[in-house]
Amino acid sequence: MLWNALLLAFREIRRNVLRSFLTILGVVIGVASVIVMVTLGNGATRAVATQIESMGSNLLMIRKGQHMGPGQTSSAPAFDLEDTVALERDIPAIKSLAPSATDSITAVVGNASWATSVNGTDNRFFSVRNWTLERGRLFSASELSGGRAACVIGATVRKELFGPQDPIGSNLRLKQISCEVIGLLAGKGQSSMGHDQDDLVVMPLRTFQRRIAGNQDVTLIQVSIRDGESTERAKTDIERLLRERRKVAAGEQDNFSVRDMKEVATMLTGTTQVLTTLLSAVAAVSLLVGGIGIMNIMLVSVTERTREIGIRLAIGALEREVLMQFLVEAVALSSLGGVLGILLALGASIGLADILKVPFVFNGGIVLTAFLFSAAVGVIFGYFPARRAARLDPIEALRRE
Amino acid sequence: MTAATASAKNALLTWPRPASPDPAGQPLLEFRQVSKIYGTGTAAMRALDGVDLRIGPGEFVAVMGPSGSGKSTAMNILGCLDTPSAGSYLFRGVAVETLSHDQRARLRRHYLGFVFQGFNLLNRTSALENVELPLIYRRAPRTERHARARAALAQVGLTGWEGHTPGELSGGQQQRVAIARAIVTEPSLLLADEPTGNLDTARSHEVMELLVGLNRDQGITVLMVTHEAEMAAYAHRIIHFRDGRVADDGHAGGPV
Ligand SMILES: Nc1ncnc2c1ncn2[C@@H]1O[C@H](COP(=O)(O)OP(=O)(O)OP(=O)(O)O)[C@@H](O)[C@H]1O
Ligand SMILES: [Mg+2]
Repeated sequence: MLWNALLLAFREIRRNVLRSFLTILGVVIGVASVIVMVTLGNGATRAVATQIESMGSNLLMIRKGQHMGPGQTSSAPAFDLEDTVALERDIPAIKSLAPSATDSITAVVGNASWATSVNGTDNRFFSVRNWTLERGRLFSASELSGGRAACVIGATVRKELFGPQDPIGSNLRLKQISCEVIGLLAGKGQSSMGHDQDDLVVMPLRTFQRRIAGNQDVTLIQVSIRDGESTERAKTDIERLLRERRKVAAGEQDNFSVRDMKEVATMLTGTTQVLTTLLSAVAAVSLLVGGIGIMNIMLVSVTERTREIGIRLAIGALEREVLMQFLVEAVALSSLGGVLGILLALGASIGLADILKVPFVFNGGIVLTAFLFSAAVGVIFGYFPARRAARLDPIEALRRE
Repeated sequence: MTAATASAKNALLTWPRPASPDPAGQPLLEFRQVSKIYGTGTAAMRALDGVDLRIGPGEFVAVMGPSGSGKSTAMNILGCLDTPSAGSYLFRGVAVETLSHDQRARLRRHYLGFVFQGFNLLNRTSALENVELPLIYRRAPRTERHARARAALAQVGLTGWEGHTPGELSGGQQQRVAIARAIVTEPSLLLADEPTGNLDTARSHEVMELLVGLNRDQGITVLMVTHEAEMAAYAHRIIHFRDGRVADDGHAGGPV
């Protein structure tokens, strides 16, 4: 019975290449689009989450002025090292903090030059921001206190200025100073805001202040909060302390800002989750459209094939033999379409994940759902109309056209 | 239901066909006041109007009559492809209208070969596969299926055309494929609705010789609709239909 059904079904598939192809195509598109969208959506969410972890959790960024966007300057006074000492002493929730001053400078090595962001800070910067060294070392105590020109560079700077060469021990020209590369940071990749985190040069704060900035300013203080402590509370405490130290009168606005990276993080993950939901909705629609396509082809084909069903019944087929044939046909086409759709989707997802720089996150559930949905549509709409036709008297079926 | 009809019914549904001969005197086919009405109310059309008919095993019968007189309607009911609106159709003593859908399908499979007026071949399917199809449903093994289908096509003079699809065949060739498909199963009853309708005279005579041979050598009962007296003359008996009734039922002069 099954063998016969297989034989008959495959003859039919071969006989109707175009129709079979269209059915398969409907399933392929439905399955592939859903899988690709959900996979990429999950990948993006995962990417943001990893990003935020790599930035350092429980991170607070203290800047001078308010609402400082890129390119904006503020007349508010900068911080100094006294501020950082006071913060560490008076606020127990602070685990560690790193004062820094930054500037955009073109770094030159031989003929190569690269505009990058130079960060004057100390070794705490690396732990606060979760940086790890790929090779070399961090600053020594004498380098930090003596204001020596030593620097640690990010992966992008290394790539642009040194190529494949080992940068350790070479010198980097920053404006008028020459600075020895002592360490190379492990790459973190693009941040979720599209900013290249590896594009930086780090040097001792004192060196930066004396030889590049020419002042004692600290423009940014990055603070990490102890695990289990409330960042909200710590933020309020810091604000109170800084208002006092910077003599901001009651009722006056802060002349600095404390940004909680957790807030930013939550906002970003929220955004990608909304995006994933949106993508999934689009995917669901395309699955539905694919399903309607399959349904359409199946319905049209069964109407067309009512005469064929009549012929089969007239020459000795039983109702269930006709049905088995249609079922095998529908299952074979839907499964083939499903498998092709899955293969296509996996290929496309891996490729797109690579291009979009998001991790490839395999979701077996969605693969199965998409496959079962399309297969079910194919089978249901191939089987039920055929069942109606196979229950007719053969002459009735033969008359329909 | 009596024990006799119950066992007759079982016999219809078992395969292979029971070897026992038909009970003496019992017709193979019997119409008792069979009517077929298409449509309802004033639009109702009596395609068959109280037809009584008995055909014995081994007969060769020609059915004639003007167009629209109900010949095809009667053939469809005889072939268990359609059911009467009123009256009873007995096949080997079993009332066909009491059988289930599935039982009628089995009856068709076990006993009948049918040649449609409009051929009803599967499109885009080779002549060989069309002729093989009834054998697939009868579970014939592949090699046997091929051999029998080729032999049937050879019997209707289509050797060399096995790979052609109906679209690539002339009307007469399609008709012969349809005949081959009906005889490939060695049915005990062959119903042919105008089997020579599309053939030239020489081919028509060949087909008639084939039917006569099947009837004579294999004892197949043959019922054939034809418009041509020349072809009807091959039959032992000619039934004339007019306006859904049997107008004349007489014996022909035998083969020319
Ligand atoms: N499905 C149908 N619905 C309505 N009327 C039908 C249907 N089938 C047949 N008829 C009518 O029943 C009558 C008998 O038709 P039938 O096909 O049996 O004629 P026929 O004797 O085979 O004619 P022909 O020699 O032209 O084949 C015709 O008047 C026809 O119009
Ligand atoms: Mg007719």
